[in-house]
Amino acid sequence: MSAEIHYIDTPHPVTGVTNNKLGVWAFLASEVMLFGGLFSAYILLRTGASNWPHGPELLNVKLATINTMVLITSSVTMVMAWASLMLQNLKRFRFYMLSTILLAIGFLVIKTFEYYAKFEHHHYPSTNNFYAIYFTLTGLHGLHVVGGVFVNLYLLLTAGKAWKDAPKKFTSRVEASGLYWHFVDLVWIFLFPALYLL
Amino acid sequence: MSHANIEDTLKHIRIYIVIFFSLAVLTVVTVWASHLQISHHLHIIVALTIATVKAALVAAFFMHLISEKKTIYAILGFTGFFFLAMIILTFLTTKTVIHSWLV
Repeated sequence: MSAEIHYIDTPHPVTGVTNNKLGVWAFLASEVMLFGGLFSAYILLRTGASNWPHGPELLNVKLATINTMVLITSSVTMVMAWASLMLQNLKRFRFYMLSTILLAIGFLVIKTFEYYAKFEHHHYPSTNNFYAIYFTLTGLHGLHVVGGVFVNLYLLLTAGKAWKDAPKKFTSRVEASGLYWHFVDLVWIFLFPALYLL
Repeated sequence: MSHANIEDTLKHIRIYIVIFFSLAVLTVVTVWASHLQISHHLHIIVALTIATVKAALVAAFFMHLISEKKTIYAILGFTGFFFLAMIILTFLTTKTVIHSWLV
């Protein structure tokens, strides 16, 4: 008996979806609880504090707004990369996937500038509870962006062979990566007002 | 790829563009609303409402949840329940009634 698990690119008869899509959604469910736990910590720290700083007075709202736009744009380029494969256009897929990766790197560069400004003013996670939860939430989110860059880079670099060998399988993988990427965007949509505006 | 599938994908692309502009406008509205002279509680409600609408647009259209299979909805249903339970329990611990039970 072979121990190999074959890749199935058609919906499973029991679940109605492809196995990789089911897997990614189960993973995203665990991610909701991971970030949910940290949001809970944020609520607890904030409601328990007698004095909580006003986000705009400590953080750079302009840079964060630009970063929000960057991430939203990257979500569109990601879904367009997938749509390009659906239209059998590998060249356009490469353009949109590369755009997504560059936008993600742009997000990280802006975030680095933000962090640098904080460290320059000697504001560290140990400074107070506000900075502790700010660095924890944005840091964990940033790590997710880095992870997304690596996955998307792998898909971009192996696109030629993967598309030639099994186009349906490759499209399915890009869709799964896209689901993860949109989730990263979704988390930022809540982080932005919670930390920077309120 | 069939002609119908191509038409379907092209229709989706048009929707993605509309959603992108909606998200950009809502981001500007969030920042603008944060400058309004309203109570702090109202600020929280406005900001979180806009964020929820934006998140719903991303989930429904970019993540295709608007036309997904029952299995995925079931997974998300359970996740949503436990997520809300965690957030509500956190809120409850900040209320004096819980403190009075504990003390």
